Amino acid sequence: MTNTVTRAQLSEAVYQEVGLSRNESADLVETVLDEIVGALARGDVVKISSFGSFSVRAKGQRVGRNPKTGEEVPILPRRVLVFRASHVLKSRINQGLMDEAKAARVKA
Amino acid sequence: MTKSELILKLAERNPHLYQRDVEKIVTTIFDEITEALARGDRVELRGFGAFSVKRRDARTGRNPRTGEAVDVHEKFIPFFKTGKQLRERLNTD
Repeated sequence: MTNTVTRAQLSEAVYQEVGLSRNESADLVETVLDEIVGALARGDVVKISSFGSFSVRAKGQRVGRNPKTGEEVPILPRRVLVFRASHVLKSRINQGLMDEAKAARVKA
Repeated sequence: MTKSELILKLAERNPHLYQRDVEKIVTTIFDEITEALARGDRVELRGFGAFSVKRRDARTGRNPRTGEAVDVHEKFIPFFKTGKQLRERLNTD
């Protein structure tokens, strides 16, 4: 089964590594996410070295289709987030999952 | 915004912290996400998004320049799905 890591584990790691209180560690994890969201909402690219980059791409209007009814519906112009993983992250994941037991947790 | 700019912003918002602790906080967060993905785990941050790993089967690719067939091994790629709140936030202004 795939385990899921959430804010709780990230806060715990910050707590263990930095030695602030649990509460403050949790607040700081939130602040980090908040700063990233703020930058993206302004249309900034967020580049985290050896992890990856988040950027916002503007999509034009196109005609979509309701898959159930076949009805044509316009998809309005919108902004989407694109994450590009760095080579470091990709190779770290591939190294980590060379072990078959771990790889079995991942779906195609 | 780069990682170092992110660290500066956090330091501004938290003047009681040492800069090196702020650096450690940011590094720890991204290291934890990386380690989780390397174990094949998912990372779910409600409102922000979810990181997961997908497997790509081995295939025979082609060198686009020479047309030569090359074996591409099975590999794992990180994947990010934007959270609902963030997606909405990007489209409100």
